[in-house]
Amino acid sequence: MKILLYLLEKECKQIKRDRFLPKVIFIIPVLQLAILPFAANFEIRNINISIVDNDHSVYSQRLTEKIRSSGYFKLSDISLNYEDGLASIENDKSDILIEIPVNFEKDLGKEGEARVLIAANAINGTKGGLGSSYLSGIIQDFNSELGYGFSQAAGGIASKYLYNPRLNYKNYMVPGIMVFLLTLIGGFLSALNIVSEKEKGTIEQINVTPLSKSLFLLSKLIPFWIIGFILLTIGIFIAWLLYGLIPVGSFGVIYLFAAIYLIAFTGFGLAISSISSNQQQAMFTAFFFIIIFALMSGLFTPISSMPEWAQWLTLFNPLRYFIDVMRMVYLKGSLLSDLSVHFFVICLFAIFFNVLAVIGYRKSN
Amino acid sequence: MDSVVVNHIVKTYGDVRALTDISLTVEAGELFGLIGPDGAGKTTLFRILTTLLLPDSGSALVCGLDVAKDWREIRTRVGYMPGRFSLYQDLSVEENLSFFATVFNTTVKENYDLIRDIYVQIEPFKNRRAGKLSGGMKQKLALCCALIHRPDVLLLDEPTTGVDPVSRVEFWDMLDRLKKQGIGILVSTPYMDEASRCDRIALMRDGRCFTTGSPGHVCQSFQKLVYSVRSANMYKLLADVRSWPGTYACYTFGDSHHLTLKDDAPNLENLETCLKEKGHTDVLLNPVKPGVEDCFMELGAN
Repeated sequence: MKILLYLLEKECKQIKRDRFLPKVIFIIPVLQLAILPFAANFEIRNINISIVDNDHSVYSQRLTEKIRSSGYFKLSDISLNYEDGLASIENDKSDILIEIPVNFEKDLGKEGEARVLIAANAINGTKGGLGSSYLSGIIQDFNSELGYGFSQAAGGIASKYLYNPRLNYKNYMVPGIMVFLLTLIGGFLSALNIVSEKEKGTIEQINVTPLSKSLFLLSKLIPFWIIGFILLTIGIFIAWLLYGLIPVGSFGVIYLFAAIYLIAFTGFGLAISSISSNQQQAMFTAFFFIIIFALMSGLFTPISSMPEWAQWLTLFNPLRYFIDVMRMVYLKGSLLSDLSVHFFVICLFAIFFNVLAVIGYRKSN
Repeated sequence: MDSVVVNHIVKTYGDVRALTDISLTVEAGELFGLIGPDGAGKTTLFRILTTLLLPDSGSALVCGLDVAKDWREIRTRVGYMPGRFSLYQDLSVEENLSFFATVFNTTVKENYDLIRDIYVQIEPFKNRRAGKLSGGMKQKLALCCALIHRPDVLLLDEPTTGVDPVSRVEFWDMLDRLKKQGIGILVSTPYMDEASRCDRIALMRDGRCFTTGSPGHVCQSFQKLVYSVRSANMYKLLADVRSWPGTYACYTFGDSHHLTLKDDAPNLENLETCLKEKGHTDVLLNPVKPGVEDCFMELGAN
């Protein structure tokens, strides 16, 4: 116990004396939380639209106006015919085109039905897909205003967004980014730590002492655990300060999960650290895994929209579980009893990574 | 009891034979020198003795304990100083010392008498970070850290490499005092002139251990006569002496060349006239006592 305390004192001194590390540890969370939620925004606005109006009637004029005033679209040009509109898409001037046929108003009046054509550039899939669905929505709206279509009879579709009533993207991103922060600190810092002892040769001197390996690893794990907690607290504070975000659920649940999650990811870092022989290797390996973890975590793209095999893969991604937990506690106020499966899985990851770290450290000798 | 016993140790890294059938013994209170150039396998031997590596075959005992089986016990009784400075550069002198004392479950106070002579020299800098010390100071600190748990055996891997001549002499004086306390010391060095400071030496080259014995004994075992040759033009002289038919080997040795002769060599007057014919002036030819370096060069020639 006395030895462990002394080892911890040594680690803390080293971190404190590092010119670079303490600054990074505290600048990263502030920057990430201040910038990312604004930048990583998936609401699509300013879709360039090209309108081909072959009818030149009051109705077609009204539809055009409606599209322009929706706020989603920016009129790039009004083309004479379909070919011109297509050329405009080819030249990347517009993302989507709508063609209003000849006799649009007449057919609508006479037969209660008319067809418009929507063509979207799907190179940017999200933009094309969302653009055409926004456009269909507007046309549907247009129909019901005029009293056509089935929407009036059906009474219209009413939707209500639960837990995030104004569908604020930031409320959704901020808890996720906090998890990402803890992952970076836990994973990267610890990955670089043992490796730097290897590079400096100090591990040679440690290895010839009777110091046990698990004690040595523990002295590496605890400082990052504490730093993680401090970071989480800073993150929660910034979320409140900048976004007015306060968890609906309890802080206790958040900290409990964070504690285990940090053990898991420092273990992950230490495992990488003990199998790499220099900082470059450790950095690259950690980077590789963390990028995959981040992209497949549901932080940016919903897991449910991934192909089935990818959804299966996300089951082995610790990030996914903790992001889930943070969002649920922050927005929905879930209790520990609602999250028992998540809790269990994160515990498994913690055990798995740390066992890996101990084995890796043994083998490297 | 012998401090270190090495029996027929073999270690290979892939295709490279790092150690080939090494055997040696270091007695308690003895200063034993491993003399050899870079790549001779000295560090590999140290890593085996400090239980960081396992030999492919053969056995080694440190303090009577087997390196393969009793590694845990050995680590508490051996003081090791790696060739590369491996203390924490961002901790101060004092912090490093108490760190290693704590890791070995002891205190600086308890064993202060053992390191006092050395520590007083670096004490004025005790609050300085270890990374900011001079080379000689670093070595003294490293030695203090290796001694802090009062080891029975001291293993020093090239402790004087990169250290200035004055600090080197001081360092060897310290080792002399330590061996008087009954500590067995195994030290490696690439410097031949340091060999004379050891009680016994072993010459190593390419993973093999050649002559073993006291420095005097090793030199006596050298069969050939050694002459020192000098002239006004030393550079040309080396080539000219080497081209003389009776020359067995000729090497630069400080301010003269050392020459050994073939068994059937013509007498030296022949060499002298031969050199004068080639335009050398102030030619001096004297027999000298063979030193460790001569023995070592002989190994290389074979």
